[in-house]
Amino acid sequence: MVGLAALALSACATTSGTAPKAGGKDGAAGALPAGLDPGARPDPFPSTYRPLPSASFAVVGARAYTGTGQALENATVIVRDGRIAAVGEGLAAPDGMLVVDGRGKWITPGLIDSHSHLGVYASPSVDAHSDGNELSDPTTPEVWAEHSVWPQDPGFHTARIGGVTTVQILPGSGNLIGGRGVTLRNVPSRTVQGMKFPGAPYTLKMACGENPKRVYGSRGRAPSTRMGNVAGYRAAWIEAAEYTRKWDDYRAKIGRDEKAEPPRRDLGLDTLSAVLRGEILVQNHCYRADEMAIMIDVANEFGYRIASFHHAVESYKIADLLAKNGICTATWAGWWGFKLEAYDSVEANVPLLEAAGACGVIKSDDSDLIQRLNQEAAVALAAGRAAGLQISEAEAMGWITANPAKALGILDQTGTLEAGKRADIVLWDRNPFSVYARTEKVFIDGALTWDRRDPRYQPRSDFDLGQPGEGVR
Amino acid sequence: MRRQLAPLAALLALGAALPAMAETVAITGARILTAGPAGTLEQGVVVIRDGRIVSVGRGAPPAGARVIDASGAVVTPGLFATGSLLGAVEVSALGDDLSVDNPQIGAAFDVRDGLDPASTLIPIARTGGLTSAVVLPQPAGGGFAAHEHDGEISGGRLTAGGGHEPRPNTLFAGQGAVIRLNGSEDMVVRSGVGVMVAFGNAGARAAGGARGAQVAALKAVFADVRAYAANRSAWEQGSYRELGLSKADLEALVPLVQGRTPLIARVHKAADIRAVLKLAREEKLKLILEGAEEGWMAAAEIARAGVPVIINPITNRPDSFEILGATLENAARLHAAGVTLAFTGPEGAAHRAREIRYGAGTAVAWGLPWDAALAAVTVNPARMFGVGDRTGSLEPGKDADLVIWSGDPFEPLSTPRAVYIRGQAQDLTTRQTELRDRYKDLGAPLPPAYRHR
Repeated sequence: MVGLAALALSACATTSGTAPKAGGKDGAAGALPAGLDPGARPDPFPSTYRPLPSASFAVVGARAYTGTGQALENATVIVRDGRIAAVGEGLAAPDGMLVVDGRGKWITPGLIDSHSHLGVYASPSVDAHSDGNELSDPTTPEVWAEHSVWPQDPGFHTARIGGVTTVQILPGSGNLIGGRGVTLRNVPSRTVQGMKFPGAPYTLKMACGENPKRVYGSRGRAPSTRMGNVAGYRAAWIEAAEYTRKWDDYRAKIGRDEKAEPPRRDLGLDTLSAVLRGEILVQNHCYRADEMAIMIDVANEFGYRIASFHHAVESYKIADLLAKNGICTATWAGWWGFKLEAYDSVEANVPLLEAAGACGVIKSDDSDLIQRLNQEAAVALAAGRAAGLQISEAEAMGWITANPAKALGILDQTGTLEAGKRADIVLWDRNPFSVYARTEKVFIDGALTWDRRDPRYQPRSDFDLGQPGEGVR
Repeated sequence: MRRQLAPLAALLALGAALPAMAETVAITGARILTAGPAGTLEQGVVVIRDGRIVSVGRGAPPAGARVIDASGAVVTPGLFATGSLLGAVEVSALGDDLSVDNPQIGAAFDVRDGLDPASTLIPIARTGGLTSAVVLPQPAGGGFAAHEHDGEISGGRLTAGGGHEPRPNTLFAGQGAVIRLNGSEDMVVRSGVGVMVAFGNAGARAAGGARGAQVAALKAVFADVRAYAANRSAWEQGSYRELGLSKADLEALVPLVQGRTPLIARVHKAADIRAVLKLAREEKLKLILEGAEEGWMAAAEIARAGVPVIINPITNRPDSFEILGATLENAARLHAAGVTLAFTGPEGAAHRAREIRYGAGTAVAWGLPWDAALAAVTVNPARMFGVGDRTGSLEPGKDADLVIWSGDPFEPLSTPRAVYIRGQAQDLTTRQTELRDRYKDLGAPLPPAYRHR
């Protein structure tokens, strides 16, 4: 057995350690009724994900991009019990183990899209499926994207055919604070709980710039300017800090057996408070360099960290600042000009970040592009080379595997081909940086979830049944 | 020194604005994919003079020619962005010059008159190997699925016929044009290349709510246009019955009803495609289909009618109830049935026009023969829009619109080394490369605003 690390999954990482038994031992206020104590049940919609049935197997003779920046020739990947047991060049498959012939093929980690609206803006995109933006207030940390996710969105399946095994589903960007995002395993499931990535941190969607100020400014209310946006974030964090202090005081008093009135629970402030405690990762939609610099200062003012800037087409202008602050940039290569804040996009954004030592992620934000993240990474790579940067394909593979895993706080679980990790693996029929590459097999936790040659492993949505598109798309 | 340089700079500027006159240029050593009768030539030679192709063949370059050694490279015709917004948009959110909602001006609207050769999108499109675009008007009040990136609310959702989209004032979106992407005032190659009409949900909306009403409304219009064409003077004198359209629109539709200019039908669903084929047959119209996500389901009928089709080969999700049958194999299946294809790109093939070549490659990955994919981005759109005698393939006498690629033109890792339009090497500097170079070195002693190229 090669280093099959005991990856004990902590209970949902979003659970707070700040909640000693609600109400304390026969505390003066008594135990709080269910639902009134934010610490009592911090994971009320727990993951019910179980890996699909799988057999142990070994892929042998393939070329591999490991996601760690390495390329392997004649690679073997051994999978046991849904985990990667060993990765190396020329390893023999253990006797009796099922062997997948990888000769002439490429193997990569399962791709990770750190910016998707699958399920919350499901196909078909009719108004009834418009569930991604709670545009009733500019600050809605109380909403959770998972409560909008429709697991039957056919887009989950087309994304899987594109090799995507993990997705972050985010609320939209119409609000300053848009709500919680959720990280999902891209498996067929009747419920969203059945897709939730066990142990993955929750995320918080925030948005800079044009969208919030347009949505609310057009209604004659704040924010209507970028300065109004910033005032809105700061006001929210002040409230969150005060809320956190109230609960801390309450718990301290209960702990001392003093009489204390419990604060009123607030779902939105629960989320913001968890951000301040470092339990929820901030995913901040922000196009312009100057706005990103402001958001870094806002984060410093209130003591939270930004995990990634999203879209961030101007990150290359502040690559040094982003490297210094350890903030990832999740962006496209070719998208630009659809609005003014996207006007200064350059194809080489991610390569320039890479060159500056910052974390670059290629993401989709689009149910079509998510099917070809490998192509978009190739476009970025070519642009980097055209800019004179020496970047290998193996390094570029990290933009759609290891780096998004890092930005989502799940790099210890997935995102690379390394022993001990979940066996999220894609077998490609040719180099994935080729436009002609297609996936042959997609494994999630070692289970076959897509096989081009076997109709039994070509899952499709309920929606597609009986429709003219029922065949493989 | 400075004073001596000025005239030279002026001379260079002048030279850059003119086609390469009188000089003979030979591009040698490359694999040449002509998209024409010469097929593919290994180690071929393309000879250019006065902005045109003199010859495409093998052997030694002509004596005295300036030789461009393209050994190891691939040469193709310049690519087409078909069904594009290029030249008519700068920032999408600020609007474009392609959508008209005016009861007096529908079919008479010609995109030609609003195009901007200085758009920054044009040089950026060239870096995707594009040298031509077919700019088409966009139906008012929908029909074009607006992008939804940002997860923001956006208009343009495809809803059922009634929906809550505004009802446009005209059935006709206007007329398209073919342009060359040289960023020059002579960019229009041909205008009036077809009249755009949206069918399906968008057409139903325009006609008052139901598909059948659109067919009836169009038939009535075509009858009026024919009556107008036959009774112009009576109509002018006011002694003819009232006709349903403005004079400008009636005039614009005469070539359409006479079968000289095609109807460009934006249509998605198989049933709607069949309805449009029937309408065109009954009205004896020349037809081009655009969209056609469910085209494969009516492929035999489309092929039998000899109707060419513009598709975005990467559209495969059931994004609306009009495209439930969308599949990445649409291109391959239509081609196999004998349908002539041209490819458009995502979001109106404007800002993202560079992706047209990747779409072509994706179509190949999903079963389309490679040569058919090249034709769909070169010679097919040229022929469909009436410029096939001038561009779209590498043949003697045609404009020297061509690209020297570092490798397979559909591969993202290949890049255009040089782009020629009418024999003129195009500048591949763009606003984006300037931005990139300004910020490439953040450790430089002066702030980035001091850096130019």
